[in-house]
Amino acid sequence: MNAPAIAMDVRRVGETTAIVDIRGEVTAACEPVLMSAYEAAGGPATSRLVLNFGGLEYMNSGGIGMLVTLLVRANRQRQQLAAYGLSEHYREIFELTRLDEAITIYDSEESALHGVVR
Amino acid sequence: MTETAGPDKVATADQIGLSAREAAAPPPGTIPPHSAAHAVPPQAVPPQAVPPHSAAQAVPPRDSASWARKVDRLEVDHRSGVRGTNVAGRRLTGPVQGFGKMWQKTYRMDAGPEITPEQAIATWREHFPEFWPKGNRFAGALTGINPGDVALLDLSIGGGVKLSTGVFVLYADAESFTLMTPQGHMFAGWITFSAEREGDTTAVQAQVLMRANDPLYEIAMTLGGHRKEDKFWAATLTALGRRLGLPDPSVKTRSTCVDSKRQWRHSRNIWHNSMVRSVLQTISAPLVGLSRLGRGMNSTTNG
Repeated sequence: MNAPAIAMDVRRVGETTAIVDIRGEVTAACEPVLMSAYEAAGGPATSRLVLNFGGLEYMNSGGIGMLVTLLVRANRQRQQLAAYGLSEHYREIFELTRLDEAITIYDSEESALHGVVR
Repeated sequence: MTETAGPDKVATADQIGLSAREAAAPPPGTIPPHSAAHAVPPQAVPPQAVPPHSAAQAVPPRDSASWARKVDRLEVDHRSGVRGTNVAGRRLTGPVQGFGKMWQKTYRMDAGPEITPEQAIATWREHFPEFWPKGNRFAGALTGINPGDVALLDLSIGGGVKLSTGVFVLYADAESFTLMTPQGHMFAGWITFSAEREGDTTAVQAQVLMRANDPLYEIAMTLGGHRKEDKFWAATLTALGRRLGLPDPSVKTRSTCVDSKRQWRHSRNIWHNSMVRSVLQTISAPLVGLSRLGRGMNSTTNG
């Protein structure tokens, strides 16, 4: 398997929230990168993890499977998972796969941080 | 060969996905792989005002044709050779909506150096029902496997009873396709069929990410259902291998329990259980037929 075309940066906002900025392609191949970002973001103090998909360029079904795995890990640590920055196309994919029932989708970073769904 | 991993192990990246090779080929203008793949430690950075719909997102992503359009409930066309019940009006169910432990099961076959991943997947998509073990029916669209299609299934569960259910084509590209299950199916989740180049050879695999849909199915899966499913997909891959010209196809099975917790809040999924409904439909079929016949005779007499 080749190296994935993706970059993930972690920002901490406050003591309990971390944001992962995702840029590039979300496929199964990027799992080590995502899990590394999760390790960096998901310390014991983190209760809320926000995924920023504003830079998402491509996602296949393997990528969705990987997000389910991330969700299991977050649930195990009693952490909430949220997302924002999804285009209409990717928002529909979240709804189609019903991933939106476990990962709350927000319109903007501000609403994601304040937990306000549109 | 069969491997089974422990219940609390979280699957690794290469186990989850199906179109990794396709994803690994960077399109023009994407981030160079070696410099881009990284995760940096957390920093205290103020919130950014990132607009949800940037200019780059105005252009349809290259995966847009590969995904099915959003559906709330499944619609079904009549297909000959299957009962066609327990699908129309049902919602799709992913691993999030299932009840039982979450499993990732991978069935992998070496297809040899001469078959390309595209050839393997094209053959699989075009002739998908032909590779199923005897006694099971897959009634899909005549054009093969395409995003948004709904296929009707009659699965042999013993005792002369067929379990009637269906699947939805969630995703399909040149190197993979994914089927998602509706309410009432044995499992909630998806199964991805993919092929990728692995050194000098092509590896073909089916990978299931699933939870049993309800407590009854969870019991059934524990009492031999998993073993039956393993045999089913191993037989399917073997049949595909023969079609691809392999003299002696060999399938390796790997099962990993991704989440050992059961989701009791979804135990009421049992209401849609297609196995129970299929048994009832089989038992009541003669009575329903007689009733229809009677109504037809009455209307003829009265008319």
